Amino acid sequence: MTEDTKRMKLLANTIRQDIITMLTEAKSGHPAGSLGLADVFAALYFGALRHDPKKPDWPERDRFVLSNGHVCPVLYASLACAGYFPKEMLMTLRKLGSPLQGHPHRGPLPGIENSSGPLGQGISQAVGMALVAKREAHAWRVYSVMGDGEMNEGQVWEALLLAAKYKLGNLVAIIDRNNIQIDGTTDDVLPLDPLADKLRSFGWNALEIDGNDVEAVLEALNAAKTEANRPTAIIAKTVSGKGVSFMEGKFEWHGKTPNAEQAAQAIKELNDARTALEAAP
Amino acid sequence: MNNPMKLVPDPFAPTIQRKSSRDGFGKALLELGERDKNVWAVSADVSESSRTHWFAEKFPARFVQVGVAEQNMASVAAGIAACGKTAFISAFGAFSPGRNFDQIRVSVCYNDVPVKIHASHTGLAVGPDGASHQMLEDVAMMRALPNMIVLVPADMEQAKKATYAAAMVKTPIYIRTSRENAPVFTTHETPFTIGKANIYRDGKDVAIFACGMQVYEALRAAEELKKENIDAAVIDMHTIKPIDRATIVSYAKKCGVLVSAEDHQIDGGLGSAIAEVLAEGWPVVLKRVGVNNSFGESGSCAELFSKYGIDAAGIAKAAKEAIHTKEVLKSYEVFP
Repeated sequence: MTEDTKRMKLLANTIRQDIITMLTEAKSGHPAGSLGLADVFAALYFGALRHDPKKPDWPERDRFVLSNGHVCPVLYASLACAGYFPKEMLMTLRKLGSPLQGHPHRGPLPGIENSSGPLGQGISQAVGMALVAKREAHAWRVYSVMGDGEMNEGQVWEALLLAAKYKLGNLVAIIDRNNIQIDGTTDDVLPLDPLADKLRSFGWNALEIDGNDVEAVLEALNAAKTEANRPTAIIAKTVSGKGVSFMEGKFEWHGKTPNAEQAAQAIKELNDARTALEAAP
Repeated sequence: MNNPMKLVPDPFAPTIQRKSSRDGFGKALLELGERDKNVWAVSADVSESSRTHWFAEKFPARFVQVGVAEQNMASVAAGIAACGKTAFISAFGAFSPGRNFDQIRVSVCYNDVPVKIHASHTGLAVGPDGASHQMLEDVAMMRALPNMIVLVPADMEQAKKATYAAAMVKTPIYIRTSRENAPVFTTHETPFTIGKANIYRDGKDVAIFACGMQVYEALRAAEELKKENIDAAVIDMHTIKPIDRATIVSYAKKCGVLVSAEDHQIDGGLGSAIAEVLAEGWPVVLKRVGVNNSFGESGSCAELFSKYGIDAAGIAKAAKEAIHTKEVLKSYEVFP
């Protein structure tokens, strides 16, 4: 394991601990998807993204658009880790007057590029941004994270068609393929497979990776940079609730927060994983 | 007629120029494109009908064709606007905002980005296409949204001014135009300020507040009422939100009875907006002229305006009824 990989893995662990702590304090929110995406976010915010937490409005920054807004705890934790705002603010999640809204609100919180919540809208906004970048020959790129359940929305496919039409090689959509949504597994609720084939038939470059492997995520993000005229979809197979044994793969944890005892257990497991990681060569 | 408003010399001349307000939008958009390289336009497969094609031909690098996908159109425009652009989206009212309300609510209004929503085919004025295309609920939806401004221009000239004004403000705006070729009775010199009603005709017996093509109908109605010795004021409410409270209340005090007129459901549109102001400020009798809890149907614009009572004759009739109601209530000492 390289130093860089280890650093990102440790950051993913920190992000997971922050997610548990903030959601436990908030007493409502979405742990499963947030935990599952921690490795993707570590690879984005501490690897692939060109950004400057001290200058959130830097015009040359890469744009990050969260499309499935309910996983915002992982975004908030990543932004705090990166230094966009003090970490103590995480404890205000979902509380009155906090800029850390239950679903992201563009404006009051540095680093938030778009308001989101209703599914399917973020990917369209990312397409709009990528169009501006391409038409005006900017170097910045556009990244969007979306859920697999979100792909039930017709708007997503409208956006996919348009991105291919305008040959947006500067656009990357990372699809969190955790196979859970509110009413059950995505296979039960509305089957998506063969997802990669569908995306390719829509004119996208599609990569399938282990979304809980930061090296694999970073490699895919780097591979996407070589695409000149095709948008890239990274199908990131993740385990929802990753890192907390009793949450892993359970759709029941989509929108339920742990009680104090469960949170303590989760933090203990994550600390054990951290200790093992630190000791690893 | 109110001279400072600089209307055409004879608004009722049979030779009056007839143009659609959508043309006014399209011409202004083209000029905005020339003036400001940050103006973009997005269309959902109706660029000619919604008059964005002139802009598209001249500025292809700032024109986006999303296909028949109004939800995507609103959110893509929000992404463009988030990059510092002013993004105009255009389609028929039945489809945008008819089927992308959520995208306008969250991607546009909650993001608070400068997306300008233009609907070119609205109301019964759509005509032969029938009820599915005659959008009659759009103003109700749009004026309920935070951060939104709602403009309903009365003619082609005013539509131009509304479009220029829309580009000057940073907030989301809804502009409702029409495909029908209608009398152009305002001029280049007629004032236009968002949120400030235009008083075209003063009067003491009843005040008619209208928007869109019903402004001209209201002027015609006032001419008819004059023959019956009824002195009607006519006010152009081109801005539904923010509503001009001061002008409404001043005429409520002066006339004691108001009429609203619009090519929209009477619930939720201009009539409702005026009723809200009156109820909270200076309660007087208000008669709302509009489509009353029904769909439209196929027919010509003029036929439909007549059948549904939103033409000059319908407005004049409503004004007389309103005055009568006021007199009855007065006799019961309900209103002063």
